Amino acid sequence: MKSFVSKITKQLKSSGIREFFDLVLGMKEVISLGVGEPDFVTPWQITEAGIYSLEQGFTSYTSNKGLYKLRLGISKYLYKNYKLDYCPDDEILITVGVSEALDLALRAIINPGDKVIIPIPSYVSYGPVTELAGGRPVYIDTTKTNFKLSPKDLLKNIDSKTKAVILNYPTNPTGVTYTKDELMEFNRIVSKKEILCITDEVYGDLSYDFEHIPFATLKGAKKHTLYLNGFSKSYAMTGWRVGFACGPKDLISAMTKIHQYTIMCVSSTSQWASYEALHSGRKSVDQMKLEYKRRREFVYNVFNSMGLNCVKPQGAFYCFVSIKSTGLSSVEFSKRLLKQYKVAVVPGVAFGDNAEGYIRVSYAENFEKLKEALNRITEFVAKIKNKN
Amino acid sequence: MDEILEILEKDSRISPEQIAKLTKKNVKNVKAAIKKYEKDGVIVKYKTIINKELVKKDDNEVRALIEVNIVPQKDVGFDSIAERIYKFPEVTSCYLLSGTYDLLLVVEGKNLHTVSNFVAEKLSPMPNVRGTVTHFLLKKYKEDSVILKHKEDDKRIAISY
Repeated sequence: MKSFVSKITKQLKSSGIREFFDLVLGMKEVISLGVGEPDFVTPWQITEAGIYSLEQGFTSYTSNKGLYKLRLGISKYLYKNYKLDYCPDDEILITVGVSEALDLALRAIINPGDKVIIPIPSYVSYGPVTELAGGRPVYIDTTKTNFKLSPKDLLKNIDSKTKAVILNYPTNPTGVTYTKDELMEFNRIVSKKEILCITDEVYGDLSYDFEHIPFATLKGAKKHTLYLNGFSKSYAMTGWRVGFACGPKDLISAMTKIHQYTIMCVSSTSQWASYEALHSGRKSVDQMKLEYKRRREFVYNVFNSMGLNCVKPQGAFYCFVSIKSTGLSSVEFSKRLLKQYKVAVVPGVAFGDNAEGYIRVSYAENFEKLKEALNRITEFVAKIKNKN
Repeated sequence: MDEILEILEKDSRISPEQIAKLTKKNVKNVKAAIKKYEKDGVIVKYKTIINKELVKKDDNEVRALIEVNIVPQKDVGFDSIAERIYKFPEVTSCYLLSGTYDLLLVVEGKNLHTVSNFVAEKLSPMPNVRGTVTHFLLKKYKEDSVILKHKEDDKRIAISY
């Protein structure tokens, strides 16, 4: 039978762990530490604002760029918190989560064959979305540098075809993040080589050991930075699907062009809820952050006492744990853990070929379940090690 | 408020070892701090929130909120009369309020009758009590920040990137 699927889509690598995902979804009463979203529900005042907007009849399209009020709110928020100055008229675009913003950005900047640098392990979409936009992902292995991109590696991988680097920090799946000094080094390189730095800072509010520094706040960085953020992780609003992109006018305008033909505008209910989040959601963000921070200490300590190494996460809500000492592959480890102990984690290979030997453990789970899951993992690991 | 207190306020059954791990503190220090809080009366008691509507029982316990208007006394104001009232075991909480009445009591009894008796025979006849208004509690939705509902299932999909 004739296939209607395009070559580029056919060539896209499909996730090697789909089968494992199906296994998890098909099992009951599993404690899942494999979830990439907060365990909290959206703070009520935000949900209530969404409901109220519906009651008031705000059910039509908004401007393509997004509700002006929301853009203005974001602009004020960024200025107040980071002295970051983006004009709500033409430097901010509201998108369907950071995912859409990233897709728009790559489609807006890539000419066929352009290269995009992606440090791995990374969030799963960066590579495929680059390929779909006609670009070539250049993966940089960070496993030997504590999961942090090293300036040396960045510099080494830039050539005349390099268009951009995607920097996600705090990082999913590893939880590492960058200090101001580290970011400044990247900025020097990016500036000198005249490439775009696309920063996915969706976990920016969840930085536990030091203040998160948006890349665009670095001296001279704004003109070559596309700052992506959203409401999903900090405000526990994943299902509302609201993100935003801030950057140079011409780039935001190009992204808006694609956005208006493809998405038109983000759900108005979600935009009204997000507007409320900016106004009254900060207290909830701080409370959730404190809770994650405590869990991070707990989870990190438990893995250490199990004898499994992990780089101490400084942000987001993930621990990227080495399971090399068990002698199992990451998929095998995860499968056995699931089948024998009913605990789900994500095999490292989902986040890059170089992440074999690791698992991603999410601590976005309530403390009782987290404790129980870690007890089971401890038992499981002890059993494997005894056999060895 | 100290982190230790904050954690204990949410979960009084958590062990000092676990608190230490959560807060990156030394177990000894956590234990010592808790002991001191107990001694100083900062930690008054460890109790459990029970959704009594789910407990099968023969004697239906009744709760009422009672507004009490009182005449304050010279020198001691409301305190002395409040003390006379809150010492009754039927009174589970007692607050002094601003507004149209002075004390708000939470009173518990085995049934409607016992609560009414308490009001009619003990509370109202007290000197300095000018009047009372009793509200019987019909349903509890939320108590001490806890929503009293069956725990809902996690609505997230079990695994995601």
